[in-house]
Amino acid sequence: MILPLKLEGVSFLDIIRPLSLEIGAGPSTIILGANGAGKSVLMRLMHGLLAPTTGALRWQGGEPGRRQAMVFQKPVMLRRSALDNIRYAVRLAGARDGDALAAAALDEVGLRHVAHRPARVLSGGEQQRLALARAWALHPEILFLDEPTASLDPSATREIEAVIRAFDTSGTKIVMATHNLGQARRLGDEVIYLHQGRVLERAPAEEFFVRPASAEAAAFIKGELPWV
Amino acid sequence: MQEFPGLIWDPRLWQIVGLSLQVSLAAVAIASLIGLPLGAAIAVGRFPGRRSLTVILNALMGLPPVVVGLLVYLLLSRAGPLGSLGLLFTPRAMVVAQTLLILPIIAALSRQAVEDAWREYEEQLRSLGAHGLGAALTILWDIRFSLLTVVLAGLGRAAAEVGAVMIVGGNIDGVTRVMTTAIALETSKGDLPLALGLGVVLIAIVLALNAGAFLVKEAAQRRSG
Repeated sequence: MILPLKLEGVSFLDIIRPLSLEIGAGPSTIILGANGAGKSVLMRLMHGLLAPTTGALRWQGGEPGRRQAMVFQKPVMLRRSALDNIRYAVRLAGARDGDALAAAALDEVGLRHVAHRPARVLSGGEQQRLALARAWALHPEILFLDEPTASLDPSATREIEAVIRAFDTSGTKIVMATHNLGQARRLGDEVIYLHQGRVLERAPAEEFFVRPASAEAAAFIKGELPWV
Repeated sequence: MQEFPGLIWDPRLWQIVGLSLQVSLAAVAIASLIGLPLGAAIAVGRFPGRRSLTVILNALMGLPPVVVGLLVYLLLSRAGPLGSLGLLFTPRAMVVAQTLLILPIIAALSRQAVEDAWREYEEQLRSLGAHGLGAALTILWDIRFSLLTVVLAGLGRAAAEVGAVMIVGGNIDGVTRVMTTAIALETSKGDLPLALGLGVVLIAIVLALNAGAFLVKEAAQRRSG
């Protein structure tokens, strides 16, 4: 077990103000906030792509290695088949039996029929599902998702959300940044509300949406509602 | 000029064409083998002196062939440090000279191509756990179609240059005479039809190689996106 992850006084330039957080296993966590609130940077700090300006991140189990994965808003696929894209990730993670893992992951996201198609010619929704399959094959303990459906249409979004639910059911901790309130309601157990690089609120989802504690969060929920 | 059609059947012509191709293709192969990974490593790596190295590499793209020829000549001549190898005035010496000439071109252009791609791939590859040489090789393979153009630029330079092969090869009939040195010689002798014929053949070969490479690239790109 690598969770919980503890952030102690972590800051990044002036984008993330020093904050302390604990991300434990279990219920899914949604990081909500307007554009520029620092959601993506916070995700990258936790995933290890950015080094904090101050403070420290501690994983309970020491080095997280490949026990954690991330899916980006715009996935980058290698110029090879869908299956080989997953194989590549599995090989990097040092897992054995990569072919079986890759095939099972494609099945999970419903992409078996395009296994041998070049990944780069798949549709946006299919590429994002492939990115999720790439993460699925690694069986991560925690999965970071940075606005995974921001550039997708509603039907592709539904498919992505179904896969995210499957991760949740299989025991993977979900940490997802989004500014889509409907999605946050559908997938979130708890909400961390980020505003100008600060955590203004952390609350169970139903409580957050009904009785936001901060004026900023209340305004955000109101302002966003028309788009749900 | 009326001799020109008959030239096509002259075995000496094809011996010259064959040697030209052998020398230039060998130089391109060696320079690619070294230059592509070198360019990728400079693009992806973070080490002191990286920027200066980039500038030097870019500048070396304009290396004058006669200067490269002269340096290799000094290196391989009897009194030179590698004189004991006995390579001077052999096709191998010409391969060495052309390799040195196009290595900077291939390394500098592939550095730029890999660096552009790295901007798109970096986060994803780091997230998956790829770094260093592994990441560089992944990108090289992923932009292989663009790199074909880089290799062709090297081939064009090698096939077209005359200064380096003239100095280290010596333009010896039947041994180190290639198309460009033959054209230079025939022009100075006044045999313009032969010179012209060789020039047409040279351009046709370069065109054919590029067309072939283009078709291969298109077909492969259709298959893998």
